[in-house]
Amino acid sequence: MKHVYGWLLLAPAAILLVGFTHYPAVATLIDSFFSTGTAVRPSRFVGFDNYAALADDPIFWQVLGNNLWFALGTIPAAIAIAMVMALWVNEKLPARALVRMAYFTPTVLPMIAVANLWLFFYTPQIGLFDRVAALFGAPSHNWLGDPDLVLPATMVMVVWKEAGFFMIFYLAALQSLPPELAEAAKIEGASRWYFFRRVTFPLLMPTTLFVLVNATINSFKLVDHLFILTKGGPDNASSLLLYYIYQVAFSFFDTAYASALTVVLLVLLAILAVLQFLLIERRVHYR
Amino acid sequence: MRLRTGFALETVGAWLLAALWLSPLAYAFWAAFHPPEMATHFDPFAPLTLSNFAKAWTYAPFPRHFVNTVVLVTMILSAQLVLCTLAGYAFARFEFFGHNVAFGLVLVQLMVMPEVLIVENYRIMARLGLVDTILGIGLPYMASAFGIFLLRQTFKTVPRELDEAARVEGCGFLGVLWRVYVPLARPTYLAYGLVSVSYHWNNFLWPLVVTNSVETRPLTVGLAIFGAPESGVDWAVISAGTIMAIAPLLVAFLLFQRQFMQSFMQAGIK
Repeated sequence: MKHVYGWLLLAPAAILLVGFTHYPAVATLIDSFFSTGTAVRPSRFVGFDNYAALADDPIFWQVLGNNLWFALGTIPAAIAIAMVMALWVNEKLPARALVRMAYFTPTVLPMIAVANLWLFFYTPQIGLFDRVAALFGAPSHNWLGDPDLVLPATMVMVVWKEAGFFMIFYLAALQSLPPELAEAAKIEGASRWYFFRRVTFPLLMPTTLFVLVNATINSFKLVDHLFILTKGGPDNASSLLLYYIYQVAFSFFDTAYASALTVVLLVLLAILAVLQFLLIERRVHYR
Repeated sequence: MRLRTGFALETVGAWLLAALWLSPLAYAFWAAFHPPEMATHFDPFAPLTLSNFAKAWTYAPFPRHFVNTVVLVTMILSAQLVLCTLAGYAFARFEFFGHNVAFGLVLVQLMVMPEVLIVENYRIMARLGLVDTILGIGLPYMASAFGIFLLRQTFKTVPRELDEAARVEGCGFLGVLWRVYVPLARPTYLAYGLVSVSYHWNNFLWPLVVTNSVETRPLTVGLAIFGAPESGVDWAVISAGTIMAIAPLLVAFLLFQRQFMQSFMQAGIK
């Protein structure tokens, strides 16, 4: 009886999950071995042609590289800032609740709205960035128009948006640390920096790993800002893999090639999933 | 003494960072409530105005986008609550044939969210005739692996004795779910609800792909079209429009800060 009830309870969710996750994932893989069908030429089996095209596509390698730089540029910075924020907010600061709220607010805003506001900051001459740069006598920059500057410029915004989200995980971890540690350190006369370096930071390591993996997974899905700020330009200098998939599928209408690109993204996510699983396993072993 | 100056310095640092973090939003408010020519010249005595909001309201079909977003978010959340409750209950208390494999397959969706599969999901929606409908935006998200996981974990903590007592009283398996499990999982529902609502209020890529008319586009998609540089709208009006779009969520966040942060945390840690 429990078999019937169990499956009956699961059925509605299972149908939707299979329909919009498992089936499309498998269909994407199959489509990636076919050519894009048109009215005159129907879709046909082409083997690994789409993947060969992918290996020869400089834009593909560029967006993949961008994704890597994007992750390397945003995640460590956001994690470091998040840690500092959590340490501060965990203390008895005056107006602590207000400070915590300020750090967290960007997290609840939609990326589209954030990008709308930041677009103005990037504007040459009248934008905030150029105003601040002018104070130090720096020349005006076209932040979003220069292929060398555009990716770092968008990364600044993403760090601002993500840091507060990571902060709450550190805050939870800090609040679960035994207060005796800090008391013992005080009695021993350890400096705050020494205490952080030798006690707090190592104890926060599991949280850091957790945030790191989740942030990496998330970095492949963060593309909303490109629609407002750069459209992936100039010359794909700020484009990311998922944005390129969108362009190939819905601007160039090459769905077969978009499927091959999606398979690459799925493989990357699968590798991260395995990594995350191994990390969680190891944490369980430690306990 | 050294300790005290150190603490004072840290306090100032924390405040400065907080000010820096709020400044983009503060700027948006400044620009939205002042005449457009003040957007680039800071002057504390500049006259206040609401005309930017009036303009934004007429430039883009905001009321329609608002209705769409509210309908979308409500529809997704209600479906999620029902589907995830049933599935979570199945995984927590019924050791049915193949439950481990099924659970593993459910968790796949934590990695492969519908927005990763935009190409194929668009094709499915086209076949179902659901392109450019609000149902089409919501459908792929209704069975949420994350919700199933959270509720399974919560239901597992419910003592078996309560379950058995309710059965002795004559409750069926659905009666037990409704009378025992659901009331005890209230904090989880609240946490999940807040995360789901903010996620779908802010979600953009899939709604952009699957909609193509004002009648179905949610706020984020409307805002992206409205704020695009090609549209030639000035900064003050864009700021006003952006503030209108984020206001409901922002107000909710300011009112329920603690619940929001706790929910996001619970949701993240799992």
